[in-house]
Amino acid sequence: MTIIKETAGVPAPRAGGEASGPLLEVRDLHVEFHTRDGVAKAVNGVNYSVDSGETLAVLGESGSGKSVTAQAIMGILDMPPGKIPHGQILFRGQDMLTMSNEERRQIRGRKIAMIFQDALSSLNPVLSVGYQLGEMFRVHQGLSKKDAKAKSIELMDKVKIPAARARIGDYPHQFSGGMRQRIMIAMALALEPDLIIADEPTTALDVTVQAQVMDLLAELQREYNMGLILITHDLGVVADVADKIAVMYAGRIVETAPVHELYKRPAHPYTRGLLDSIPRLDQKGQELYAIKGLPPNLLKIPTGCAFNPRCPKADDICRTEIPALAPVTEQDGSDLPGRGSACHFWKETIHG
Amino acid sequence: MAELKKTNEAVDATPNVTEVETVEVTSEEAAVAALDATVERGEPILQVRNLVKHFPLTQGILFKRHVGAVKAVDGISFDLYQGETLGIVGESGCGKSTVAKLLMTLEKATAGEVFYKGQDITKLSGRALKAVRRNIQMVFQDPYTSLNPRMTVGDIIGEPFDIHPEVAPKGDRRRKVQELLDVVGLNPEYIHRYPHQFSGGQRQRIGIARGLALNPEIIICDEPVSALDVSVQAQVVNLMEKLQDEFNLSYVFIAHDLSIVRHISDRVGVMYLGKMAEIGTDVQIYDHPTHPYTQALLSAVPVPDPEAREGRERIILTGDVPSPANPPSGCRFRTRCWKAEDKCATEVPLLAVPERFKGQDTPAAHESACHFAEEKDVVHAA
Repeated sequence: MTIIKETAGVPAPRAGGEASGPLLEVRDLHVEFHTRDGVAKAVNGVNYSVDSGETLAVLGESGSGKSVTAQAIMGILDMPPGKIPHGQILFRGQDMLTMSNEERRQIRGRKIAMIFQDALSSLNPVLSVGYQLGEMFRVHQGLSKKDAKAKSIELMDKVKIPAARARIGDYPHQFSGGMRQRIMIAMALALEPDLIIADEPTTALDVTVQAQVMDLLAELQREYNMGLILITHDLGVVADVADKIAVMYAGRIVETAPVHELYKRPAHPYTRGLLDSIPRLDQKGQELYAIKGLPPNLLKIPTGCAFNPRCPKADDICRTEIPALAPVTEQDGSDLPGRGSACHFWKETIHG
Repeated sequence: MAELKKTNEAVDATPNVTEVETVEVTSEEAAVAALDATVERGEPILQVRNLVKHFPLTQGILFKRHVGAVKAVDGISFDLYQGETLGIVGESGCGKSTVAKLLMTLEKATAGEVFYKGQDITKLSGRALKAVRRNIQMVFQDPYTSLNPRMTVGDIIGEPFDIHPEVAPKGDRRRKVQELLDVVGLNPEYIHRYPHQFSGGQRQRIGIARGLALNPEIIICDEPVSALDVSVQAQVVNLMEKLQDEFNLSYVFIAHDLSIVRHISDRVGVMYLGKMAEIGTDVQIYDHPTHPYTQALLSAVPVPDPEAREGRERIILTGDVPSPANPPSGCRFRTRCWKAEDKCATEVPLLAVPERFKGQDTPAAHESACHFAEEKDVVHAA
């Protein structure tokens, strides 16, 4: 009962944490999958960090490694076939990859929680939503069934599910898509984690419902001062909620930038291509710009810059040398904080 | 049937559509022959009138009692002109895919007519229906499940020729299939490959090639690009526009992505719970919407421009779409509408040019099914 009292009120926004530095930092992460056809290099040296209260959007197409990175952070990667040959994932300064399973379990759900894309297949169809929500409290906090149920109702209210008390015994199929996604959010929120990873949280939803869910997520993030990693392929959703963006291609981050900067002046040909290839709602354009070709096969990533076969700017150096994520500066050499581009020709792309 | 009568009373006055010139035919031969008529560019090729599809809800095992109906499509009317693209948008469950199936005569309409070149295709059968189906083809949403994994690409694209051998004589098929592959931008040597050897975008191209095989006049595209990645999506959309010019096709383009629909469509219809809420040209719908649902839908679309997000007004609808088995009385949108008044609960608003805009030469003067229609630009930042 004491636990309920402790968390009954609105929790005070948390401070940055005991250790200085970012809440979560991914350093030079590599993930590969050993398959019968060879080694698929899904993530090839990813670096990013998130602070409390900050939203990092990871943008990329299917196969770019954005979800695999998230799974590696959560520690839910299937190993084997997955393998993490290099890299560190620092949560409040501690490397999670060297922790024991028990230590990781302490963090998973309690400190870092995840919202999955497809709520229908992520919820267990034969258990009521109340039971599934309550599981968080029963397992992590050892609450009784009754207390866990009371807390679940509170949670469902929090994510604005109408008539929470009456619907606590309902099963996932009795909820609409948007309501199911709210339950997923409630579940992630249950233990008031410091960081939430949302993997395509609104992709399966209609636009009107998508707007509701994204608003709710942003509101809760502000209230709890959580860090949020938003994984998506939708440039529109990102523009609405993110603080900073990391664009991924073939397992690498090709560009990082604060959200306004990225849309105004992309510094990587891939980002520019993506922005040009989406039709606009507020104006009717001519023919769409299309990035030629297809995303690369992860079993045989092109040498040099992985984007070179599809890039309009590609030169000899792009086919031989992998461009590092270099800081991007103004034309006069002054700093552009938070910006980086992994392109040999970033200067031409942003200033040209 | 009682229910049906009720909906017929509340049928739209259909001012948005021209009168149907029906073709009287006495025999099946005449009907088939009449389908060969050419339609001039800009003339209506497909005319849909008060189309209704109710799926019965039954109870019991042996004696299936009808306990109601899911009113998937409940009286919609529109015209498709030769050479144009008509976009249909709406949330999931609004009946847009059912419309596609009805136009393809894959489902039997409960009531209403679909006129193709003056003949009601919902009443056709036999050879005449077969001839119609040759001219109206479909491209499906999911390129992964709409191609048979055990057939080669050549067999998939060539299969329509088995049903309509008059289009391509036996010896000519391989060449035809290779031509089609070339048209949609695939290597003609891929003819012996299987679907799993292709990526999503390439598969969708195969689906399009299959749709083109019989030289149809109309292609119905049901969410053709929603399963594709952004960079590939643009390629497929461009291909579809190119093919439209090349083969003089008319598209019905069904999608939930409003930006894509604006890009490709000449006219757009917005559906809500089995009814057409608003229909007009792309400028009328996107820049001058008058129906509150259209305004909410447009304002909810995230615009990929962070500058715009501050200036834009967002209308966030509460709740979900009501069940089509038990739609609200009067205006179907009233349960989620911020303008709803008593009148909305009792009177079904008809799809017509709103009284206040009648006779005016403004883009707001287009058909909108709302008692309180007023113009509101929600797309452009203030």
